[in-house]
Amino acid sequence: MTAFKNLYASELSVGDTLPEFALPITTRLVVSTAIASQDFQDVHHDKAAAQEKGTPDIFMNILSTNGFVGRYLTDWAGPGSRIKKIQFKLGAPNFPGDTMVMSGEVIDISQEGEHTLAHVNFKGKNGMGNHVSGVAVLQLAAEDGQ
Amino acid sequence: MSEATAADILSRIKPLLNKRVGPYNSWNPVSRTHIWQWCSAMGDSNPLYQDDAYRAQHSEFSGEKAVAPPTMMQMWSMRDVNGNDGPGSTTDNLYEILTALEQEGYEGIMAVSYDQTFHRYLEEGDSAHHYSTIVDISDLKTTGMGKGFFVTQWAEFLDQNEELFAEAKITYFKYQTPKQQPAAKQASAPGKINRIHPVENHDHEHFWQGLRGGKLLIQKCEDCGELRHPPQPMCEHCQSIRWSTIESKGKGTVYTYTVMHYPEIPPFDYPNAIVLVDLEEGVRIVSQLIGTKPNDIHIGMAVEMKLTEVQEGMTLPLFHAVDKA
Repeated sequence: MTAFKNLYASELSVGDTLPEFALPITTRLVVSTAIASQDFQDVHHDKAAAQEKGTPDIFMNILSTNGFVGRYLTDWAGPGSRIKKIQFKLGAPNFPGDTMVMSGEVIDISQEGEHTLAHVNFKGKNGMGNHVSGVAVLQLAAEDGQ
Repeated sequence: MSEATAADILSRIKPLLNKRVGPYNSWNPVSRTHIWQWCSAMGDSNPLYQDDAYRAQHSEFSGEKAVAPPTMMQMWSMRDVNGNDGPGSTTDNLYEILTALEQEGYEGIMAVSYDQTFHRYLEEGDSAHHYSTIVDISDLKTTGMGKGFFVTQWAEFLDQNEELFAEAKITYFKYQTPKQQPAAKQASAPGKINRIHPVENHDHEHFWQGLRGGKLLIQKCEDCGELRHPPQPMCEHCQSIRWSTIESKGKGTVYTYTVMHYPEIPPFDYPNAIVLVDLEEGVRIVSQLIGTKPNDIHIGMAVEMKLTEVQEGMTLPLFHAVDKA
C-alpha cells in the first residue's frame, strides 16, 4: 500500500488549507462511477438520451460526487480519520472534458470526548463554476494508537 | 388548461407530508466486490477499506471484513438496472408528492443539497435498507431553472439490526420545465466560462497590447506631463489630446480593497480580493490580489505586479504581496 499518513490534531490549525486535487472528468469516469454507485439513470451513461433531456453530454451523478468528496477528505486526513458529516450544495454539472479542482480549508477544530473533530469547508470547481461546495466534519486519528 | 395556484397545490400536498415510507431493501449484502468496484472507480486507495493487514493493525475493525466507504450509504439500497427495488421492499409510492407535483406541470427535478450524518461504517456482510419521509415543501420559488418548489426528503439508512448507520436530508427543486427544449443549442459542447474581454479601441488598445507584450503602460500627457489611468482620450489637467505612454514598474501599495465572497460567479476564484493599488509612478489601478488570505490584507501593504495570462489572449496585471524579508 502507498504510504498513507494520518493527520493529527497537534498538526492542525484553523485556516490550514487542504492540498488542491484536480480530477479530469472523462466519459469513462462518469460511467464507471455511476455504475459503481448503482445509478442507471440514462443521463449518466447515454449521451443521446442526455441530449434529449437538454444537456450537452452525460454528467456525473450525485452519489459519485459524494464519493469523490469522501475520498478528497480522507486522502488529506488519512485512514485513521472517520467521516462524521458531509453537507453540500450542488451547482454546475461535471461534464466529460472538464476538470474539477477540489480545494478546502479548516474552519473550526472541536473536541468530542477524546476525539478531535476537524470542520472543513470544501469545494469542487469546474469550468462553469462550483460543482459542489459544502462543509464536512472529520474525526481525526488518535495520536497514540494509530 | 388553467393552472392551479401555488396555494391550491400546497393545500393539497401538505397533508401528504411526514409519511414514512419503506423499507427499501438492498439486493445484496455489503460485499468486498462492491467496495472494490466503488474504490477503483473513485480512485480511493484508503487502506481502511480494502487492505486487511492495515485494518487489523491500525483500526477498530477486523482484518477479515472489508469496510465500506461511508459515502456508499445510499448505494446499497438503490434499484437494480431494471428499476426494481430489492426483494421485500414496500410497493408504496415514496414519491407521492413528487408525482402530484408532476401532474401540476412541475416535471423537472434537481437535487440541490445533501446533508449527511454517518453513525457507523458498514462492513462486509452487513445488510442495508432505508426508509424515506418527505418532511417539507417550500412556497413557490423562482430560480434560474424556472418556477418550482423545494422539497426536502429525510432518509434513514438502517442495518440488519434496524440500527441507524447513516441519515440524510436531501433537498430537491421540483420545477416547471420549459414547454419546448431548444435542442439545437443544447447539443453544443459544454463551454468553459471565460472572462469578458473589454473592447479594444484607439483610446485604450495600447493598454491591452502592452500587457500581452509583458508591459504595464500608463498614459502620459505630451503637453503637461501628467500621468493618467485608466486610459482616456484627453488630459483632465490641460485638455490636451496628445499623449504617449511610460512603462510602470508595477510596484506600489494597497490604497484600499474589498473582498468578494458571494455570489461566486465563474470563472473568478473566491474569496476574490479586489485591490486599488497606488503605483509608485503616481496613478492608481484596480486589480486582483493573489496569494494572500483576506484577513491578512491591509491598507498600505506593499504589492508587486505579476503579469498573468488568465485565459488565452488575456493578460492582466494581478498583484501579490511583497515579502518583507
